[in-house]
Parts: sequence; C-alpha cells; structure tokens
Amino acid sequence: MDFLIFKAPMLMVQASLDGILLGILFALIAYGMALQWGVMNIINIAQGDLVILGGYIAYTIYLWGIHPAWGVIISPIIMFFVGWALYKLVINKVVDRDLFISILATFGIAIVFQQLMNFIFGADVVVAQSEYGTTMLFDNSVTLPNSKIFSAFISVLYAIALVIYMRKSKLGRAIRATAQNARAAKILGVDTEKVYAATFGINAALCGIAGALISITLTLHPYVGLPYTVRSFMIVIVAGLGNLPAVAVSGMGLGLFEEFADYILGTEFRIGAVFLLLVLILVYRRFKLSKKREYLK
Amino acid sequence: MEKVKQKDLILYSGLIILGLAAPYLFSAFKVQLTYLCVLIVLAMTWNLQGGEMGYNTFGNILFYGLGMYLTASIQVGMFFPLAEWTESGGEKTFVHTTSQYFQGIGVGLLVSAIVPAIIAGAIGYAILGLRGHYFAICTLGLGIAAGEIAGGIEIIGAGQGFTTPPFPAEIVDTEARGKFFYFLSFALLVGTFMFVKYIYGSRFRLILNAIRDNEDKAEAMGIQTMKYKIVGWMCSAFFCGLAGGIMGGLIGYIDSTDVAFDGREMGVFMVLMAILGGKGTLWGPVIGATLFHFFKEGLWTLILGWQYVALGVLIVVIVVYFPEGLMGWLREKYPERFGEVIDEKDRKAQVELK
Repeated sequence: MDFLIFKAPMLMVQASLDGILLGILFALIAYGMALQWGVMNIINIAQGDLVILGGYIAYTIYLWGIHPAWGVIISPIIMFFVGWALYKLVINKVVDRDLFISILATFGIAIVFQQLMNFIFGADVVVAQSEYGTTMLFDNSVTLPNSKIFSAFISVLYAIALVIYMRKSKLGRAIRATAQNARAAKILGVDTEKVYAATFGINAALCGIAGALISITLTLHPYVGLPYTVRSFMIVIVAGLGNLPAVAVSGMGLGLFEEFADYILGTEFRIGAVFLLLVLILVYRRFKLSKKREYLK
Repeated sequence: MEKVKQKDLILYSGLIILGLAAPYLFSAFKVQLTYLCVLIVLAMTWNLQGGEMGYNTFGNILFYGLGMYLTASIQVGMFFPLAEWTESGGEKTFVHTTSQYFQGIGVGLLVSAIVPAIIAGAIGYAILGLRGHYFAICTLGLGIAAGEIAGGIEIIGAGQGFTTPPFPAEIVDTEARGKFFYFLSFALLVGTFMFVKYIYGSRFRLILNAIRDNEDKAEAMGIQTMKYKIVGWMCSAFFCGLAGGIMGGLIGYIDSTDVAFDGREMGVFMVLMAILGGKGTLWGPVIGATLFHFFKEGLWTLILGWQYVALGVLIVVIVVYFPEGLMGWLREKYPERFGEVIDEKDRKAQVELK
C-alpha cells in the first residue's frame, strides 16, 4: 500500500498543524471531564452532548445574525445554568453511588439530549461561518483556517483563566478542598452540595466554550457527541486527574493521532480509530499494571 | 422439595406449551414474539456478566453484530460471490433455492455461535483484566469501534448496508417465514434458559458471584478468576452471536451502526432490561425483557418521534430510583419467598441502629 501522506511531506505538516490545533480543543473538554471526575467521582457520558449543545447555542446566535465568535462568551453562560439544572435534577442523586450508575444515568441523559437537539435543530450537519479566512503557509501548500487558530487561542485563554480562578478564588479553593476530601471539607464548613453543582456547571460551561469553537471550526450534528466523550475520557486516563499540562499534551497527541489516522486509514475509519485507540490504551495500561499485580482503579 | 420440583415442572411445561402455541394464538404478532425471544436471550446473557460477575459490559453488542454479519455473509458466500452480492443488490440477480437457503442459514448460525465465542476468548484476557467503570467504558468503545469499522468494509456492504438473503420464494405459505424465525428464536430461548438455569445451580455461578463480591479475595482463595471470567464471557458471546444471526435473517437488512452494532438501541436495551427485572436473578431478565418489550411496543407508536426521549428518561429513572429492579424489590419485600431466613432479633437491632 502506498500512502499519499508519506509521498508528500507537506501533507504531514498540514496534518500535524491540524492535529495540534484540534488537540488543544479536545484538551479543554477533557479538562472539564477531569474536573468533575476528580471532584464528584462521576464519569459523564453526556459530556460530548453538552459540547454539541454548546455548539448549537453558538449556531443559533449565528442564525440571528450575530457573529458566532460571540458564542464563546454567551454559550458558556447558558451552559453553566444547564449544567447546574442537570445537577439538581439528576446528578446529585448519583454522586455518592457506584460509578456504573453514573455512567448509565448520564448515558440516558445523553440519549435525551441527542433527541431533543434533533427535534430543535434538525438532523442536518451544520456549521457556523466565521468568515475569518485562511492562512497559507509554505508556498500555499499548507492551508490553515484562521478559525482553527482562533479556537486554539481561545481554548488556551480560557484554560489559563480557569487555572487562575481555581487557585485564587474562594470557590476554587472550596472545589479543590472537596476534591481532596469531601468529608473533611464538609466539616470545615464547605457547602459541598453547592461545590458539586458549581463544578458541574463549570464543566458544562467549558463544554459550551468548546462547542462554540467547534461550531466555527468543525461541523455540528446531534449524534456526534459520543466521540467527544470518548476522546476526553481517553485524554483523562492518559494524563491523570487535575494535571493540566499533561492534559494539554495528551490532547494534542490525540489530535495528531486522529489527523494521521484520517490520512492513512481513510476518513471512514476515523471515528473507529478513536474508539479502537481507547480500547488499546486501556488494555496497554492493564498489562502494564498487571505486572505489578495491580489493576486500573 | 419434591413438591417444589413438581410446581416447577408444571410452570416450565406450561411456558413451553404457551411458547409453542403462541405463533398460532397471536399469529399477527409473530415478529414481535421473535423480538421478545431475542431480547430475553440478550438480557439473560448480559445478566451473566453484569449481574452475576459484576462486570457491567456494553460490549455484548459486539458479538450480536458479529453473529449477524457472519450468518448473512456465510449464507450468501456459500453459494454466490459475496462482493457482487453486496455491491449491487445481489438479492435480485442471485436467488437461493430452498435447500440452499436452509443449508446456508444452518451453517451460518453454527459459525456465528462459535466465532464470537472464540473472539470473546481471544480478547477476554486483555479486556477482562480491566475492572469496574474502565471495563464498562472499554467495552462501550469496543462495540462502537466495531460498528464504525464494519461501516467502512466494502465486502460486507460498508455504509450502504447488506441485504440478507430473502426467504425462498418457492415456499408458498406466507406464514412460513414468520413461523420459521419464531421457532428458531424460541429454540434459542429455551436453550439459553436451560443453560443459564444449569449455571445457576452450579459451582460456576458461585465463583462468578465471588468475583462480583470481591475479586481479590476470590483470587486469594485460590480461584483462577481470569479463567472463569473468560469462560463466562464466551458463553454469553455464544448465545449473543446466535441471537444476532437470527435477527439478521428476520430484519432482512443489516446496517453497520443501526442494526448490527446497534449500541444506541440493543446495546442499551439489554442492560436496561436486566436492571429493570433485577440483575443477578434467573427470572429477573426474563421478566424485565417482557415488561420492557410490552412497554416499548405499546408506547412507541403512541409517542412517535419522542421514543428516544422516553427511552433516555426511562434509563435515568430506572437507574437512579430503581437500581435493584423488580426482583430486588420483591426480595426486599418478601425475603422468605427467596429462601432467606431472617432473624427477627437481628432485624430489630438493625432498625434501632438506624
């Protein structure tokens, strides 16, 4: 088999740049997942659907004639309240329970979200036009949409803002305390219920930002949420909980993998490759740990 | 003891007679009854992992879809070139004779039972080493990856799907197709039930329960847990593959993500049915699947368009408020019926403690 990508080195540059810019976006979603996993011990299968919902919010304001880039401010605000409401309705009942229950419950939420988005926004693939143009590099052989650069920039900006907020603010301290020891935090006067709700809200807001960025860089469809969930899950298990630089690096790694898989295996196997990579990573870690007679916990 | 057995005998023979008479009594609902049999089989086999072993798998759909593709491919490939069949509506150019059709489906079902079991054994060592939610997510990924990959392979129809061989036209009886698939699935159901019942009375089940309750302790007691986990998964794969093969023939059309590796429907249904009925019990999945099927068929048409919303809400409600299922609830209420002896003093002491 001859692969086009090995014959044309410029394609490799293209794939690498695309992958890294995409990976930064994935890292943002994964950071949200790491946050709620670390603090509330919940695996949220609906993560990807929250992302898509955030994207549709940005798409809606685009339809109203506002530039979709404003979505990165409006969408997280709306999504924060969506997340808060979701916590109050369902998530607070599964926080202290078996992880499988949270997986199944959020799976149910994901199905509801998918279907509701399908009703409201239709089953077509949509994209919000940012009209940022493209940058040509290396004698026009590498094309880079400016929207992708914009999205990577915004992701980094929000990630830094969030880290500072978690370090400095009172709520950030409360969240970190709850993550370390929920019971002790409660004894010392932290309202853990509120902290959980805020954490889930912040996670949803991060999804909202990522969704708004996806609406201008990639495409939106009601049923493509699950791959985002799996990507963020994968990044979190590789990087560990609460380690932002590692999350960023493994996010970029995943982006690179995806772009190269796209070129080498073909676009039809792209999503399949992502899911297969998840299986391979888990199996690899399982064998590595089983040498020490341990297992993934 | 003797009396109980006699009661069981009456129950089982009654159910078998009902099952055999069902396609004649409710002849308009043969397809639904076939679905019901397959759903019960899937719920019962899921229960072996999720209920008995404590390994909540989303991956049994892998074997189901695999069985579906294998049966159809072999049924076609035994007599005609498979690539041409899937490329351009082969069911119009190539026609199976009656004997070819039944030979094909027979061999196909045989292979679709054995190959998934072998695959389960092959990947079992790697996958079953994961625990808890990692196992759940890994199997979820496995099922979806299989669907996505099958959707990219040309020879089995890729994204445009695979039409399974139509029922031979030489058989004039219009009822024959429905009856054939019903009795096939009913036989599978009886076989699965007998097998699972046998497991429930064996040491094997106790080992699976030990794995569920505390795997480290089970290992410390000298049980080779990995061996039993793999065998358990292989048993499930065997029956799931058969169920998939039958469903493929019944539906008549295989799509990679919507019919075969249908994680969004079948993959969730089997988990939901087992939990609804009560996981870790023999009758729970049967009752759960029956209830679920009646509920689904009754309501699906009423709330057309909203069925997935209803499904999602149902999942959340069952999982959050009803995780022990129907049998668990009954057990809580009438523990004596389940052979549990309760010390009154102990119970009172516990109440006081609360």
